[in-house]
Amino acid sequence: MAQTRDAAIVGIHEYPSRVVGSGVSALQIKAASAAKALEDAGLSWSDVDAVYDTGSHQNIGGLGISEYLGIKPKIIDSTSVGGTSYEFHANHAAAMIAAGKCNVALLTYGSTAHSDRRAIGTGGYASSGPNNPHNNMEAPWGMTLISNYGMVKARHMHQYGTTNEQFAAISIATRKHAMRNPEAVKAMTELEFVGIRELTVEDVVDSRMVAWPLRLLECCMISDGGGAVVIASKEVARNTAKKPVWIIGTGEATKYRENGGDITVSAGGQSGPRAFADAGVSPSEIDSLMVYDSFSITVMCLIEDLGFCAKGEGGDYVTQGHLVFDDPAGPALNTDGGGLSSNHPGERGIFLLLEATRQLRGESTSQIADAKLGLAVGNGGQLGSRHATGVTILAAD
Amino acid sequence: MTTEKPLRPQPQFPEPDTEPFWEATKDHELKYQTCDKCGEVIFYPRAHCNACGSLDTTWNVSKGEGEVYTFSVIMQSRHPAFKDIGPYALAYVDLDEGFRIMTNVVGVDNPIDDIECGMRVKLTWEDQGEGNIAIPVFEPA
Repeated sequence: MAQTRDAAIVGIHEYPSRVVGSGVSALQIKAASAAKALEDAGLSWSDVDAVYDTGSHQNIGGLGISEYLGIKPKIIDSTSVGGTSYEFHANHAAAMIAAGKCNVALLTYGSTAHSDRRAIGTGGYASSGPNNPHNNMEAPWGMTLISNYGMVKARHMHQYGTTNEQFAAISIATRKHAMRNPEAVKAMTELEFVGIRELTVEDVVDSRMVAWPLRLLECCMISDGGGAVVIASKEVARNTAKKPVWIIGTGEATKYRENGGDITVSAGGQSGPRAFADAGVSPSEIDSLMVYDSFSITVMCLIEDLGFCAKGEGGDYVTQGHLVFDDPAGPALNTDGGGLSSNHPGERGIFLLLEATRQLRGESTSQIADAKLGLAVGNGGQLGSRHATGVTILAAD
Repeated sequence: MTTEKPLRPQPQFPEPDTEPFWEATKDHELKYQTCDKCGEVIFYPRAHCNACGSLDTTWNVSKGEGEVYTFSVIMQSRHPAFKDIGPYALAYVDLDEGFRIMTNVVGVDNPIDDIECGMRVKLTWEDQGEGNIAIPVFEPA
């Protein structure tokens, strides 16, 4: 398929605070971010004709968020597939723009996960929740979110011989990038991280065990935050304030707990090839790689499943001169510091788009020299049970 | 006055897909479905076959023998039923009949050292009180 350049990211904003307290709501984070992203694009509120938002924060739905923002869109898409909803949104917006159904799409995200958790004193386990088959077949055994991912890591180590020292390379690279990003350093400070500095292998493999075999420094933070992305047609993108960043390839897929299935293979095994075929590029051409780093194992699986290396060889790959922004061999991983060390308010997918865009504009705090192609791959749901993997491939103007 | 052990999170009803599964646990039966049309093993329980959509399924009773597919050891849970029991193993167990269940592996001294992927296990039950459902868990075979 020939690559097309019909839609571009033209405006971005990452909400700067990771600890907002009780005086700021998720909706307010969305509106403030939307205004800043439109300003970044040189567009106005009235230019927006499509709204992409999960509608799940403060539970008001796609209609409610559109009304709250004050936009009467031609398109509302409230696809909600967890943390990768934002890749799905970008992909859908690009398709609707290419089809001529809208011209300026606004994607918003806001969450007060950190402050909510502190306020109600929970975290660590889910109660039974609403009556549904999922809860009835998982909650009675005391499953925690981290143990769900821990089961994937344990199987990866068993099946391929991947070591804890190899997994540590992911935490080390993202922390290195975080230390260069003032907003990430501020986040770690406000969230009271112990040891805000670059990490060693020993730091990671000696950190507290949370759910074997996952240790503390392999787990993302829980912050507040949010952001917005403006995606526009090529006609609009000609006149925006910043250089457009083109959406050239999209892919989506899901994976479930399956009898006899291989838990180490994510839905990225389907959505990755779909996106690469769409863009007409290959993994070796990607300069900046933004991967949903909820946990070290999520990155390991996605790097393999998208074809950056063969399945099971991720342990070698991450320790052989990739990941860091000035490593000789690309691609660089999560150059903002990622969910491990910069920002994770529950659904990190939008930040993957933001940092991939910064790289292709030349605005990252860990800028890759001459970055031309970026890839955002999100993972929503839970890696060890049901999840979605959205892939968005981006190109510099 | 007796001191009652706090209960694990309980399955919630009405929930018609999984209710027959949990009802059978009262008799210590581990049930799973097969599809009458395509023969697929269906699990978690559903009123339809997730492979072909057929509504004709048959309930079967498992022998309760299988192997650990993978596991994780939760060092600390804040849930009242788990917070005082120390590290415990969450697992997927592949039953010999061809279905994979989320469960716990119990009956080991040290779950990190004593459990392995591929280890053979057998079914045991954690009763939740007279007349209530029982929770299927597994121990080394």
